Amino acid sequence: MALKSWKEILIGGMITDVGNSINYKTGDWRSYRPIWDDKKCNNCKVCWVYCPDGSITIKDGVMIGMDLDHCKGCGICAQECPQKAIKMMEETKLREAVK
Amino acid sequence: MVLDLGLEKISTERDLLAPGHRLCAGCAEPMAIRQILHAIGEPVVVGSSTGCVEVTTTPYPFSSWRVPWIHSAFENVSSTICGAEAMYRSLVRQGKMEDKGIKFVCFAGDGATYDIGLQWISGAMERGHKFLYVCLNNEAYMNTGIQRSSATPFGAWTTTSQDGKARFGKREHRKDVTAIMADHNIPYVAQASPHAWRDLMAKTKKAIACDGPAFINVLVPCQRGWRYPGEKTVELCRLAVDTCVWPLYEVIDGEYSLTYNPNPKRPVKDWLDSQGRFKHLMTPENAPIIDQMQTWVDLQWQRLLERCKVA
Amino acid sequence: MPAESYQDDGGDQVEGGGEMTTMNVAKYKGLPKGLEGDRAVAEAMRQMNPDVVAAYPITPQTEIVMRFSEFVSNGEVDTEFIAVESEHAAMSSCIGAAAAGGRVQTATSGAGMALMWEVLWVASGSRLPIVMHAVNRSLSSPLNIHCDHSDTMGMRDAGWVHIFDENVQEAYDSAIQVLRIAEHPDVMLPTLHALDGFIIGHSVERMETLPDEAVKEFIGTYTPKYSLLDFEHPATFGPMDLQDYFFEHKRQQVEAIQNALDVIVKVGQEFGELSGRPYGLMEEYCMDDADYVLVALGSTAGTSKVAVDMMRDSGVKAGLLKIRCFRPFPHKMVSEVLGKRKVVGVLDRSISFGAQTGPLCLEVITSFFTHGVSPKVVNYVYGMGGRDITPAHICEMYKELVEIDKKGITGPVQRFFGVRD
Repeated sequence: MALKSWKEILIGGMITDVGNSINYKTGDWRSYRPIWDDKKCNNCKVCWVYCPDGSITIKDGVMIGMDLDHCKGCGICAQECPQKAIKMMEETKLREAVK
Repeated sequence: MVLDLGLEKISTERDLLAPGHRLCAGCAEPMAIRQILHAIGEPVVVGSSTGCVEVTTTPYPFSSWRVPWIHSAFENVSSTICGAEAMYRSLVRQGKMEDKGIKFVCFAGDGATYDIGLQWISGAMERGHKFLYVCLNNEAYMNTGIQRSSATPFGAWTTTSQDGKARFGKREHRKDVTAIMADHNIPYVAQASPHAWRDLMAKTKKAIACDGPAFINVLVPCQRGWRYPGEKTVELCRLAVDTCVWPLYEVIDGEYSLTYNPNPKRPVKDWLDSQGRFKHLMTPENAPIIDQMQTWVDLQWQRLLERCKVA
Repeated sequence: MPAESYQDDGGDQVEGGGEMTTMNVAKYKGLPKGLEGDRAVAEAMRQMNPDVVAAYPITPQTEIVMRFSEFVSNGEVDTEFIAVESEHAAMSSCIGAAAAGGRVQTATSGAGMALMWEVLWVASGSRLPIVMHAVNRSLSSPLNIHCDHSDTMGMRDAGWVHIFDENVQEAYDSAIQVLRIAEHPDVMLPTLHALDGFIIGHSVERMETLPDEAVKEFIGTYTPKYSLLDFEHPATFGPMDLQDYFFEHKRQQVEAIQNALDVIVKVGQEFGELSGRPYGLMEEYCMDDADYVLVALGSTAGTSKVAVDMMRDSGVKAGLLKIRCFRPFPHKMVSEVLGKRKVVGVLDRSISFGAQTGPLCLEVITSFFTHGVSPKVVNYVYGMGGRDITPAHICEMYKELVEIDKKGITGPVQRFFGVRD
């Protein structure tokens, strides 16, 4: 993102494009990725209420996966899932497997 | 008041804290903030003190706050939000804007709340502004690299209360700011933890509904400062509550009541064992420190039970 | 003392846009009163009816807050008055209130202003048009409640616009004008006007207030571009800048405060049409042919006018340049007005410890050097901690300027007038 001049930005440091942090992909931070078993999942949404990064994707009341653009791989969801439906796996290994 | 806490409904409402913030993986602060903002709902104006949350949610030109938000300085989020709240009341009273039922909430760390900001909060509480002040308590000045605050527990290692040949860590027991807030005779005060999300969200709803100032002290473990693996954040909250190190209670119009009574009550040593910041206490010569801590926790717990008329 | 010379002028002589104007036709007739400075300011506040006032008591500002509280208690204003627990909290609440999109005012002095120091910078950095009535008082230690300019000079770099008042009339008039200056879209900066503690603040002087409707007409309504209470266009106020953006935000502030020069003149002219008393960046008194000039801020400018008359009576071509706008400093105009004079004495009622001269003199000398003029300059530091300054004292200074013309500057540039050596 090119840096703007003082004439191009709002005064006082004001940010009006609120929530634009969504464009910053903290998913790059991961060392471990949560892998979710949808057969074990019962949509209790405990993972959703605990995720520090709001990276559990819910659609129409159903848990449909993780937002890998933002998930930092903290592992809290795997730790807390009452159904043990989430496992943490090494990110680099998963990326290599895809190649 | 019907407390509808089924996650089905709130999971369909948008997160008021957007992803892409730079808080550490496994940090309990955004966990607590998400839960609290879901419980409050919109419209809400948020203020933050300087600290981990403020710097990681608004690194210019990014902002994670989907609602109006303000930061001014470290110690004064309470005064700043009180100013906004006063302006709101003034404009509505003068008919310059309609009453939209706007809620005001502050998020501040324990450093900002217990130490540098105590005067400001006290003034705000005394004047009776209608707002909720949430202390996100990770028991030290974490954003500046883990320095002790008056919320840091007895015996803990921090960079300004280190353990070494001459010292065993922090020599003072922590201050009880929840009790100090209760003694301001404000309508609602509580202690909470994000592992018990139903409890935290119920407390938030009560707090935001009352006609005056409210204060909630939320324990938020910090995996960097407390030295534990990040995925255990929620477990650590449970441990704090089950050892009575962090009791869950509320004070409604001066009446204390316990919202969780651990059974069994676990020894403080279990709590200390779980974190690297207490590792140095696990030697035979430091056993008396652990005893002191147990005695102190037991005393505070007993005092609380008496206040809650449960003893 | 200052009131006499004011009346004798037959109108305020003001330099604005390079022209001397004396206005005699006003839209509104003034209401004559005898008021102390603090009470005159409180009256102006009542008429401006701010949405929020957050203030903490400190001598010699207290009269403003107490008198304003009477208005609040009697329902004469719509203001939400927050009796905060410290001056830092006062400015912090002003910041939150201003961000929430309404008109906000406060007042303080001395140590109170010093306590706000951190957040004064936040107010200007966040571009909030907060109005402050600054009743000049010294800074401890030792404790002193009397007038000098240490407090506002201590925050001269904080990015606020600073207007200085000569007397009670000016305190009232500037109180109203600073609101328009602060809110101007080309400025959007917190603005203060400074009135000398006790000397103006607690002295009853003959003055005129405007009718309520005149003030209402002059200030109009305020429609902020951004507000914390605007949920259709939510905004983030006061984010964290890293090394990549902080400098740009500060550059914007520089632009804004420079824009204030024109805005102050325009607002001052408009005020003149309303009241018959136009205002500008500075005021020249007997300057047409003056060889020996003193430059002053605040009430001492009024005292000096009396001294100028006395010196003129004895045949000395004395003149006075009163600086009204200290920040932004009107350096070009100052160098034009003073450039051809024989000797200039700059009066400072504060000390910049370790600097060669006091703050006002530093500005004047810099303006001379950068604009290529070189009258002889000396600095008179006077009046610290409320030490009195009289027309006779000022005459001594003029006599010294005459001596300097004959013999050159012997001795240091900075002189301390009135201290017991």
